[in-house]
Amino acid sequence: MKHHLTVLWKFVRQLAADDAYERYLAHHYQSHGNVPALDRRAFYLREQQRKWSDIKRCC
Amino acid sequence: MSKLLWFLVAVIAAFAVGGIALQRGEGINAMWIVVAAVCIYALGYRFYSAWVAARVLTVDATRVTPAVRLNDGRDFVPTHRWIVFGHHFAAIAGPGPLIGPTLAAQFGYLPGTLWILIGAVFGGCVQDMTILFLSTRRNGRSLGQMARDELGPVGGYAAMLGTLVIMIILIAVLGLVVVNAMKNSPWATSTVFATIPIAVLIGLYLRNIRPGRVLEGSVIGIALLLLSVGGGGWVSSHPVLGIWFDLEARSLAWFVILYGFVAAVLPVWLLLAPRDYLSTFLKLGTVVLLALAVILMHPQLKMPALTQFIDGTGPVFGGSLFPFVFITIACGAISGFHALVSSGTTPKLIMHEPDVRLIGYGSMMLESGVAIMAMIAAALLDPGVYFAINSGPGVVGATLDAAVTTISGWGFPVTAAQMQSLAQQMGESTLLARTGGAPSLAVGMASIFATAFGQGLLAVWYHFAIMFEAVFILTTLDAGTRVGRFMLQDVLGHVWKPMGQTSWYPSVLISSALIVAGWGYFLYIGVVDPNGGINILWPLFGIANQLLAGIALCVATGILIKQGKFRFAWVTAAPLAWLTVVTTTATWEKVASPDTRVGFLAAADKMAARLAEGSLSPEQAAVAPQLIFNQRLDAALALLLTAVLWVVIADTARVTWRVMHGKPVLPSSEAVGAPSMEAHG
Repeated sequence: MKHHLTVLWKFVRQLAADDAYERYLAHHYQSHGNVPALDRRAFYLREQQRKWSDIKRCC
Repeated sequence: MSKLLWFLVAVIAAFAVGGIALQRGEGINAMWIVVAAVCIYALGYRFYSAWVAARVLTVDATRVTPAVRLNDGRDFVPTHRWIVFGHHFAAIAGPGPLIGPTLAAQFGYLPGTLWILIGAVFGGCVQDMTILFLSTRRNGRSLGQMARDELGPVGGYAAMLGTLVIMIILIAVLGLVVVNAMKNSPWATSTVFATIPIAVLIGLYLRNIRPGRVLEGSVIGIALLLLSVGGGGWVSSHPVLGIWFDLEARSLAWFVILYGFVAAVLPVWLLLAPRDYLSTFLKLGTVVLLALAVILMHPQLKMPALTQFIDGTGPVFGGSLFPFVFITIACGAISGFHALVSSGTTPKLIMHEPDVRLIGYGSMMLESGVAIMAMIAAALLDPGVYFAINSGPGVVGATLDAAVTTISGWGFPVTAAQMQSLAQQMGESTLLARTGGAPSLAVGMASIFATAFGQGLLAVWYHFAIMFEAVFILTTLDAGTRVGRFMLQDVLGHVWKPMGQTSWYPSVLISSALIVAGWGYFLYIGVVDPNGGINILWPLFGIANQLLAGIALCVATGILIKQGKFRFAWVTAAPLAWLTVVTTTATWEKVASPDTRVGFLAAADKMAARLAEGSLSPEQAAVAPQLIFNQRLDAALALLLTAVLWVVIADTARVTWRVMHGKPVLPSSEAVGAPSMEAHG
């Protein structure tokens, strides 16, 4: 039961992009470990800018 | 065993559809429609989508997708299919499938319901899945790029023009829906106004206080939004505040126009992004709640299966069943706009190729299910009440007594006392002529919610439904204005280079102002139009949206032909042919019909004649020149849109002819799939 709830919680967090920063850090250290990572706020702002430069919402 | 199960599903589907179609006289229960829809979607998904994916598209589970191959942790990220499904559904699900079916209910529930089901299974879902698949095979290229790469420059320009026009008309019509829901309603107006500072507050929270904690911010925001619904009730009964928020449609239109401009030039983190989080949660929550309530309450439908208005004399919008039910339903059955999302972000997240079936076909099925809910919510109202809410004053008469007399005369009995008491229950001064679909949907939703979750809260449920619709309509309005701005900047950049810099402030201001002026014009004209404006703008939007679907299906058909899959080209060519017939007929009628409630030119001529002979009232005469010009402009726009569709069809036919005669065509733009070959998008 507890396992299922953890999976569900992880799912909801990913769906809402709540865990975006953690995923970014993981990817960053794996791929570009020598460059300093963005902090939480800078990452959030960059992501919002990127997200809303394309067609994201429909009729 | 499994075969037996699917046979059973098919029998139930046939039984339910038969039950709906053959029912006459007494209204039927909403469960018939729910059961028919679920079974048809299940069959469509299990058999048709599987067949299209395997045989027509030849989806390859072993092929490495661009998300894996080009994984950069930003745009290209291999993502679990249910997460992508959630993102994709949140992107495609807008107000369209709620509004279209509500308006189409004037023909009765049967035609709209059948088209929502058939159109989705054979048209919309196939389009979304096919474009998603083709874009995935091309490193996530956009529809416009694919049109250019595969057909030639003509298709590319047509897709771009179509997108820009549809965006402007869509925003105008959505703005009009919000204005009509707020006019002279202090409760709705104050609640919708309150959503703006709430979004800004959450924007500041997510940037400064707890950066990026989206779930926390959203929970706080949703709580505040619910408070604002309650607060709106207090405002509307307040002697001073109630008057402040009691605004005319024209002032509200100016407010929406100003808001659209400000929202488009503000940084996204401040208003657009936080409101989108709130609207997405609200949307998913409300859709689930509505589905649960419909299943729990399984209400009787009061609207007949077919009304006399299939002959084209309907009060909600003029025009006969064919082609206008197809134009009106639009997004719930097939939406060209989805092709833009299916070819933008989503393909860059697909982890395995076979996921396109769940994400493309499945999301559209769910979207179509939302349209079915909207149809049920419209059809459970007393038809007399439905027509009183959705008909413009120019059609049924401006006063309550005149309107109920006209509507009762059609055989849909409704009384002034009934309308007054309904308005009072919903916490409104009047529900008469609240065109646009949102208020009637809100009344329908409020009735279901109230019977399911507490009768005493009818007014709160009504305003909750209005707030829910307004919040994501305003999100679409912001997001659409921004995308329109980027497209315009791209075009203007070719004329004068600095204009193409998306972050250069003068360019941002000028291009935003131009886009806002574009939709603001149509919105304003819609507000001053005594027939309510929706009856003009919604068909135009429907034509534009189906045109975009036509372009997407042309691209898909062209690619199938180039791959030599002649045998299977009908999978996209058949819906394309149908859409072409529908949009062309609709355009022809909208332009050339002598019926002034259908034909733009006939309406313009009639008004011009009345203006010349001086038989208009002073108020009518004051706006008549604008309305006459607008109707002629709308006729030109409809012709332009359909001409664009025919140009793209001719271009596809040219490519087909060349393939069949062994002449060279543009090479396939499909990326090479081997992991070692780094393709560039």
